[in-house]
Amino acid sequence: MPSSASEIQTHQHDVIVIGAGGAGLRAAIEASAAGASVGLICKSLLGKAHTVMAEGGMAAAMGNVDDRDSWKVHFADTMRGGQYVNNWRMAELHAQEAPARVRELEAWGAVFDRTKDGKILQRNFGGHRYPRLAHVGDRTGLEMIRTLQDHGIHQGIQVYMEHTVTSLLKDGDRIAGAFGYDRERGYPRVFRAGAVVLATGGIGRAFKITSNSWEYTGDGHSLAYQAGADLMDMEFVQFHPTGMVWPPSVRGILVTEGVRGEGGVLRNSDGKRFMFDDIPDNYKAQTADSPEEGWRYTQGDKSARRPPELLTRDHVARCIMREVRDGRGSPHGGVFLDIAWIKEKIPNAAEHIKKKLPSMYHQFMQLAELDITTEPMEVGPTTHYVMGGVRVDGDTQMSTVPGLFAAGEVAAGLHGANRLGGNSLSDLLVFGKRAGESAAKFAKERAAGQLRADQVEAARLILLAPFERAAAGASPEGPYKVQYELQDLMQSKVGIVRNEKDMMAALEGIEMLKQRAAKVGVGGNREYNPGWHTALDLPNLLTCSEAVARSAIERRESRGGHFREDFEKKDQNFATFNIICRRGPDGRMQIQRRPIPEIRDDLKQIIEENK
Amino acid sequence: MAKATFRIWRGDAKGGDFRDYPTEIGEGMVVLDAVHNIQAEQANDLAVRWNCKAGKCGSCSAEINGMPKLMCMTRLSEIDVTQPVTIQPMQAFPKIRDLVTDVSWNFRVKKTIKPFKARPADAADGTWHVESEDIERPQEFRKCIECFLCQDVCHVIRDHGMTEEFVGPRFLVYAAALEMNPIDAEDRVDDLKKKHGIGYCNITKCCTKVCPEHITITDNAIIPLKERVADRFYDPVKRLFRVFTGS
Repeated sequence: MPSSASEIQTHQHDVIVIGAGGAGLRAAIEASAAGASVGLICKSLLGKAHTVMAEGGMAAAMGNVDDRDSWKVHFADTMRGGQYVNNWRMAELHAQEAPARVRELEAWGAVFDRTKDGKILQRNFGGHRYPRLAHVGDRTGLEMIRTLQDHGIHQGIQVYMEHTVTSLLKDGDRIAGAFGYDRERGYPRVFRAGAVVLATGGIGRAFKITSNSWEYTGDGHSLAYQAGADLMDMEFVQFHPTGMVWPPSVRGILVTEGVRGEGGVLRNSDGKRFMFDDIPDNYKAQTADSPEEGWRYTQGDKSARRPPELLTRDHVARCIMREVRDGRGSPHGGVFLDIAWIKEKIPNAAEHIKKKLPSMYHQFMQLAELDITTEPMEVGPTTHYVMGGVRVDGDTQMSTVPGLFAAGEVAAGLHGANRLGGNSLSDLLVFGKRAGESAAKFAKERAAGQLRADQVEAARLILLAPFERAAAGASPEGPYKVQYELQDLMQSKVGIVRNEKDMMAALEGIEMLKQRAAKVGVGGNREYNPGWHTALDLPNLLTCSEAVARSAIERRESRGGHFREDFEKKDQNFATFNIICRRGPDGRMQIQRRPIPEIRDDLKQIIEENK
Repeated sequence: MAKATFRIWRGDAKGGDFRDYPTEIGEGMVVLDAVHNIQAEQANDLAVRWNCKAGKCGSCSAEINGMPKLMCMTRLSEIDVTQPVTIQPMQAFPKIRDLVTDVSWNFRVKKTIKPFKARPADAADGTWHVESEDIERPQEFRKCIECFLCQDVCHVIRDHGMTEEFVGPRFLVYAAALEMNPIDAEDRVDDLKKKHGIGYCNITKCCTKVCPEHITITDNAIIPLKERVADRFYDPVKRLFRVFTGS
């Protein structure tokens, strides 16, 4: 057992990628292809990352189903969905490059659903004007991660499974590596690297009701913040409108938007399709007037407009909240999502549903004893995604810390105030590739930074502190209660509907929880000890929670995923900047408004043309 | 709330024993919920792998009352909770701690199977023409979440420990998905016989029974692969051909 910094095992690579979901794998593959020696670190076993949960598909304007689609329309859709606070350069690159990334996946072995003429099939999704999501039933994320994994294991990448990074190491301003531990034995590890790519996903575990797994503790957000990088747009958290609500133990598990894409409708307890009652002005021209038109849209009628169930996620989630609040909810506090009704429209509807939505059928059958081909589901909003993250350069994905890159959910910019469904998987591929490429280039162009023993020693002491505190006696509090209380606090005070008073209270609560988190202790030994792991996750969750709350207080308007009941309207004055969180010299979190760079004229024109 | 007792194996590679944990249970709970409650309230250091809690990642494999299952998809309503519910790690793999096993062998085996190799594209833009009916089988196999329950229950691995000679059902399904992919141009038939030990499978279908994704492992994947092997190595005409060509 290493007892000092000098005895810790050190691994050396040109590029270290932290996180092995879609973005991390894609980055690792690209960096490796560029000739870099790559270490890929993941908290779980390879292939288990949260990407497996993605269901609906990956958005790419290939035009296989509707040839009117193009990158320009995809770009305009993404900007509209993001309420125009997106990083427009990222939205442009994403729309342009996504089709090539999807085709590349097929060339690596992905088996997509097909059109009648043998091309990759694309489906409708919220906020996308044309059928755009390449998919595999409702398990597209699994297909993606498995394809990248099975390709990646033959590219000479060194994979460190079940390893957690707890801090980044720097040499002056630039990144020099990472410090962490292996979960199996509990040994500290040092990774020396010329460049580091963060691909750690999101922060969903900061909330009580979430579709996210235990891994989503905002590690990358927090690592970057502690290393001096900017976090941006942290107030924009996406609450997916349809999570399971019953039984209690499955509350929050995702019900794919694909259900609505295939013709599923939302009803309240009066049996009414309430989404027709509230269609935002900027979507009126694109939304169906009648249920009949909406149905035709889901069945591929190009002259029809999309049903209001496929409006953006932020809007649909709030409409559901309103129905529940006004007493028109389902028995367990959600609303009804009905796909079974399509039996009125098509023969063999039950078989059709099972073919199109096999995981959903399976999930409800097994977890709720409910047959979605005959009965409506009960659904309600669940924390799903954070649009905010590390502020990066749109072309290279490098943060403000030289040598530190971020891709996928942990990076900010592409999605603005609200992400469109399907834009996440394509984000992982497009920017995972770019980050891997840039990181390899960065590492090759300069010598690696020097590791500093004092930084490593400081990280080692923090790593072991929860055991030391327990050993010191006075039976300290365990980590789980602190985590649960934080989740309750964020859910109730910084959730879907926000106001200043609640959020100020949340900040006070976070401050108190920080003090408790700094004192938690754990028993047992270091081998695969979940209590210890949770204790180490807490500071990350707390940093992210604080960033969300502070940014949300600063944005005194409602936009996208951020809804303020004390400022219900969108305010044009707030459309001109992003909110940045940065660690101040005194260690406190500073908030700054950062003007959004003027959009290029040609892109502005594309937006106008597609209004 | 009702209470139930969970008899969980605690220990590591050196040994261990079952310990009883009574905990409250409620409507709709799955085994993993009970394990989490116990972990949060009574045993902070109880080791268990899990991720998605929705049957999609294949992390929380264990043996519940002796049956290989995903803990996140096993509802308490489907097991007898009036008796202590035993939960033990997968028995075919070396133990690490509590419910966590060393499944690294699976990752090493996968690397020995020749990767996907695309045939030349059909269209100028680098895409392929593929009919829906030609991908039904590979898509069935690609539902696999790599929970390794099929490996755990396969007697060639579990009882005979033939991990050097045999890749196990998971990787026969993997090979089948590749072999039946209409875009793939690689040939894995020789390897299946000579390196991957497909002959050791005597189609008892234990793997198919425990697959949480309901993949018809034996009938749809292994038997067709066995037929391809038989076709190449035991077809009399082809055998003769090989004698003359020395292939």
